[in-house]
Amino acid sequence: MSSLEIKDLHVSIGEKAIVKGLTLTIRSGEVHAIMGPNGTGKSTLSKAIAGHPDYTITSGDVLLDGASILEKEADERARAGIFLAFQYPSEIPGVSIANFLRAAIQARMAEGEEIDATAYYKRLYSKMDMLKIDRKFTSRAVNDGFSGGEKKRCEILQMAMLEPKFSLMDETDSGLDIDALRIVSEGVNALRGPNLGVLMITHYQRLLNYIVPDYVHVMWDGRIVKSGDKSLALELEAKGYDWVKKELALATA
Amino acid sequence: MSVSAPLSASSALGVFTAEAFAAHLASLPPSLPAWWIARKRAAYERFAALPMPSRGDEAWRFSNLSGLTLDGFTLPAAATSVPHAPIGIQKVAKLVFANGRLFSREALSADLVARGVVVDTLQNALVQHEAVVREHLLAQPPKLGSAKFSALHEAFLTDGAFIYVPKGVQLEQPVGVFSYALGATAAIFPHTLVVAGENARVTIVEYFGSANDTEAQLAVGANDLYAGHGAQITYIGKQDWSHRALSFQSNSTVVRRDARVQSLNLHLGARQARHESLSQLAAPGAFSEMLALTVAETDQEFDQRTLQIHQAPNTKSDLLYKNALRGTARTIFSGLIVVDPDAQKTDAYQSNRNLMLSEDAEANSLPGLEIQANDVRCTHGATSSRIDPEQEFYLQSRGIAKEAADELLTFGFFEEVLNRLTDDHLHEALRVLIQTKFKK
Repeated sequence: MSSLEIKDLHVSIGEKAIVKGLTLTIRSGEVHAIMGPNGTGKSTLSKAIAGHPDYTITSGDVLLDGASILEKEADERARAGIFLAFQYPSEIPGVSIANFLRAAIQARMAEGEEIDATAYYKRLYSKMDMLKIDRKFTSRAVNDGFSGGEKKRCEILQMAMLEPKFSLMDETDSGLDIDALRIVSEGVNALRGPNLGVLMITHYQRLLNYIVPDYVHVMWDGRIVKSGDKSLALELEAKGYDWVKKELALATA
Repeated sequence: MSVSAPLSASSALGVFTAEAFAAHLASLPPSLPAWWIARKRAAYERFAALPMPSRGDEAWRFSNLSGLTLDGFTLPAAATSVPHAPIGIQKVAKLVFANGRLFSREALSADLVARGVVVDTLQNALVQHEAVVREHLLAQPPKLGSAKFSALHEAFLTDGAFIYVPKGVQLEQPVGVFSYALGATAAIFPHTLVVAGENARVTIVEYFGSANDTEAQLAVGANDLYAGHGAQITYIGKQDWSHRALSFQSNSTVVRRDARVQSLNLHLGARQARHESLSQLAAPGAFSEMLALTVAETDQEFDQRTLQIHQAPNTKSDLLYKNALRGTARTIFSGLIVVDPDAQKTDAYQSNRNLMLSEDAEANSLPGLEIQANDVRCTHGATSSRIDPEQEFYLQSRGIAKEAADELLTFGFFEEVLNRLTDDHLHEALRVLIQTKFKK
C-alpha cells in the first residue's frame, strides 16, 4: 500500500501564487477527481508534483510513502512512481514511441542491466492492443502530428508501460471526441487496481461517467473547498460552479 | 626595435618539402602513366606557390586559421594491422586502406566482374582504366577555398579507391571503402573516385578512422562522384578521425541528365575538420541531395563549405546540414547556391540547423544565393536552437534523466536527415555510430 500525501501545498509561478494551501492524501487503489473552473490551479498542482522547473513550491510538502519528493528532479520523481498524463503532451520529432519507451524503461533498470527486447515488444503490443493503437505507431515519432485522441492514448500507453504508483491525469478528456474518450477511459479502467492511485483533474463531469471516482474534490482559488463522493460531481454538474462560489461566499461572510 | 619573425618558407610547405615530394614520386610504381606524374608535379608547384589561408580570405571566414598547420607530420610507413572495422553492413566489395596503401580487400563476385563492375585501387585503375580515370580524377577545379590543400592532396595522393559501375548495372549492396590513419603524426591523402554509367546504381559507404583519439594526424582527402545519364549514386561518408587530427576533405559531384546523387557526410572526429562539398547539376533532370550530420564536442571545429551549381534547366538540389554542438565546439557552415543564366526551373534548397547543447558552443552560418536565371525556386535558411525545455521536461517526467533526455532529443534532431536514407540497414548503422560518439 502506497500513499501520496499533499500537505498544505503552496505553489507559485514567478511571483504569482497559484496553489494556496492544498491538502490531500491519495492511497493505492483510490481514484480521486479534482474538479474546478479554469484558472483555479488544477494543472499547476499536477505539474508541481511532477517537478516542472517553472513551478516553485513556496511551502508545504509532497510525500510519497512518507518521504518528501520535493528535493528530487522530475526524472527521479517519475522513477519513484509518479506519472503525469499531460493535458498537452509535447511532440518529440525523430524519437519513435518504441525507442522513447525503451529509454524510459531502461532508466528504471540497474546500471549494466539490459532490457529484454522480446519481452518488451510483447508487453508493448499487448498494451497497444488494449488501447486500440495500431502497431505501426511504435515507429512513429512521439506525438508528432498525432490527433488529440492519439496523443491521449499515447499518454495512457506510457502509463500502462511504466506502471506508476500514482498517476496525475491532467484534463485527460480535453480534445477527445466521444469514441476516443471511451477508449481512453477503458484503458484507465483496465489499469485501475490495488497498486495504482489516480488523481484525475477535470473541468467537466463528463469524464467521470466513464472513470468513476471514489472521491471528488472541488478546487477553487488554489485550494480544495469541498470534498465528497461521486455524487458531488453530479451535483456540480446540475448546479454549476456558481453554486460553490455562493456557498463559499456564505461561509466566509 | 622589435621585428616580428617573417614566416619561414617551411610553414607554407610544412613537412611537404620538394625533397619530400621527390621521395614520394620515387616511391610510386613505375607503371603509372606519365600524364598522372606530370599532373602531380604541376599540383606540387601550385601547392608550393599558394599561401596558407589568411585573415581577410572570405572563403576562410570564421575558420580557426591558427589551427591550420602543415608542420610536424610524417609520411607514414605501411601499417601492419588496422583497427576492427566499425560497422556491420553487408557489402558487395570492400577496400581497406591504411596509411595510403591498400591493406586488405574483399573482391567483387565473379558475376559482377563479368558484368564490368570495377572495385579496385586507383593505382591499378590508372593503368587498366586509364581513360575513365583521366577523365574524372580530380577533374573539377577547387572552388571553395582549399586550392592549396587540394593541390597538396593531388601531389601526395598515393592510392585510393576506384569504383566503376557500367551502364545498366545496379549493385544491391554497398561498396565499402575504409581509410585509416595509423601512427602518431601520420599524414594521409585518401581518395575515392566513383563513376556510375547510364542508369547504373551504386551505394558507397566510406569510413575514415584512426586507431585512437590522441594522435595528431593530418588527413587531406578528396572524392569525385560522377553520375552519368539516369544513374543513381548514394554516398555515405563517415569521418571519425582521431580527435587531435587536422582534416581537409574536398568532395566534388557531377550529376548528369536525370541522374540522382544522394550524399550524407557524418562528421564526428578531428580537432579541426574542413569539409568542402561541390555539386554540379550539369544537365536537365539532375538532382543532388546533400546531407550532413555533425556531432561537435569538446574543442572541435567543423568547417563546412558547400556549393550547389545549377548549370542546366530543370535541375534540383536539396541541402540539409545539421550540427549538434556541445562543450566549446565551433561549427561553420557557408553555403552558396549558384544558378546559371539558362538554368531555368531550378529548384534549390539549402538549410543549416544547429542544436546548441552548451552555452559555450558557437555555430556560424553563412547561407548565400547567386541567381542569374529568372524562373527559379530557391530557398535557404539557417537556424540555431536550444533543447526545448518542455520537451526535456516531458522526457524527464517519464523517468529519463536530463542528460539522457538531451541525448534522445539530439538523436531526434538528426532523424530528419537519417530518414532521407531509403536503406534501413544503413540508417540503423549510422544511428549506432552516432550513439557511440555520445557514449564516449
